[in-house]
Amino acid sequence: MSTVYHPTVARLTYRALLGRRRAMILFALPLLLIVISVAVRMLTGADDSTAREVLSGFALATMVPLIGVIAGTGAIGPEIDDGSIAYLLAKPVKRPTIILTKLLVAMLVSVGFAAIPTFAAGLILDGNSQHLAVGFAVAAAVASIAYSAIFLLLGVVTRHAVVAGLVYALVWESLIGNLVPGARALSVQQWALALASKVADGGAVSSDVGLPLAVVLLVGVTLVATWFAGRRLRSLTLAGEE
Amino acid sequence: MTTVTIDNVSRWFGNVVAVNDVTMTIGPGVTGLLGPNGAGKSTLINMMGGFLAPSTGSVTLDGQTIWRNEQAYRHIGIVPERESMYDFLTGAEFVLANAELHGLPDPGAAARKALATVEMEYAQGRRIDTYSKGMRQRVKMASALVHEPSVLLLDEPFNGMDPRQRLQLMDLLRQMGADGRTVLFSSHILEEVEQLAHHIEVIVAGRHAASGDFRKIRRLMTDRPHRYLVRSSDDRALAAALIADGSTTGLELGVEAGRSALRIQAVDFARFTELLPRVAREHGIRLYEVSPSDESLESVFSYLVAA
Repeated sequence: MSTVYHPTVARLTYRALLGRRRAMILFALPLLLIVISVAVRMLTGADDSTAREVLSGFALATMVPLIGVIAGTGAIGPEIDDGSIAYLLAKPVKRPTIILTKLLVAMLVSVGFAAIPTFAAGLILDGNSQHLAVGFAVAAAVASIAYSAIFLLLGVVTRHAVVAGLVYALVWESLIGNLVPGARALSVQQWALALASKVADGGAVSSDVGLPLAVVLLVGVTLVATWFAGRRLRSLTLAGEE
Repeated sequence: MTTVTIDNVSRWFGNVVAVNDVTMTIGPGVTGLLGPNGAGKSTLINMMGGFLAPSTGSVTLDGQTIWRNEQAYRHIGIVPERESMYDFLTGAEFVLANAELHGLPDPGAAARKALATVEMEYAQGRRIDTYSKGMRQRVKMASALVHEPSVLLLDEPFNGMDPRQRLQLMDLLRQMGADGRTVLFSSHILEEVEQLAHHIEVIVAGRHAASGDFRKIRRLMTDRPHRYLVRSSDDRALAAALIADGSTTGLELGVEAGRSALRIQAVDFARFTELLPRVAREHGIRLYEVSPSDESLESVFSYLVAA
């Protein structure tokens, strides 16, 4: 059996993610983005700056982190909460394998539900003019990967992972990021925008962080979060109901 | 791989000591872990199952530490007390997933065999969230048996089972014990342990209170002084007649919950239970109420600890 991927763990995780009620949000958010894009296109016609507003303001700033919270925490949090993770842990499967498999599933789900709809929305809004659709789709994809790792870690370390994830995604990324200039450098959204500005035509997308730093931070945060999640799962204590 | 050794193990949660310096060895056969609710049984089983690290001491399976040793699960099967499983799966899917996670060569066949063993084939295609408590318990059992472990740990396995399922599970566990497997189950119900386990370990308030043959411990339990509360048509006459017999050591006339009542302490349980109705009949006294006033498990256990 591979040490990074266990098909049974993946199957259980997919079904847990897509079978529960929270999966409704996974479908609802991209649908909302598409509806908004269609409405905007019909009202204002193809306009690059409007497209940038929607893709940056709603898709990347709101939808991508929310989907990351749902996929990342949902891949492991509910199992730890209700104790059913006991059935995974009481098996001769290495803990990092469990984490890596769940992470892979969370990444695939969040990329699927965040990046692909973002690309579709870009096409609807201005037909990939200035490569905005591709740029924001790439940004959404890398942000989804980083968010999955961060929120999966949250799912392992805290029982309030969803709340903590929402606070991070909405308060830190949106509010603090917009008010405090220095905080922007510590924002997944800004790192992703650095990639979008590289992919899109020159000057079409701007970011507060340079590309090399953004790449280093994205990769670094993803790796550290994954490593730490595996470590914490190894020492996960399942207290009884006494 | 059959002997679980608990060596000077304590476990505390913050300021609360859940398990206090327990040493015991669980070998082949069926062992009952008996104790009142909150005594530390689940904490002990969680440590034996590798879900919890001991604060001090060691928990080993044939000399190998269980905590953080996922290879130990090749030999251990666990039936947790908690209800939650992967409720969105069917019973068959759940047991199959467990077989796959164990890396068995033919997971499908192993899952079918385990489901047949617990007689759940008829409902294996239904989602787990439609199951009754007893059905869940049996599917949990199947998931723990699927890799034919040499050690089986069960936390309150009979909770929520109807009498027929209970008997069936007892037969199954007895069979596993007879096959030379180590079967440990916890229970707070004396009769369950009595019916199934020859060897018992008693845990009270985190401490190892008694260990050994069930009959010996049962005798200790039945020979202890019993206290009764009796209401009758003439408490005083009944008291006078009873004290003449050696099976009672103390009688007290008093008022209980606003009504007169007679408190009795008996030392010979069998003789007293025969004596009371006979004396009442002979003296023409009607018994309105006879209730044991210290039959709670806690009082039985605290007596055991003192003994």
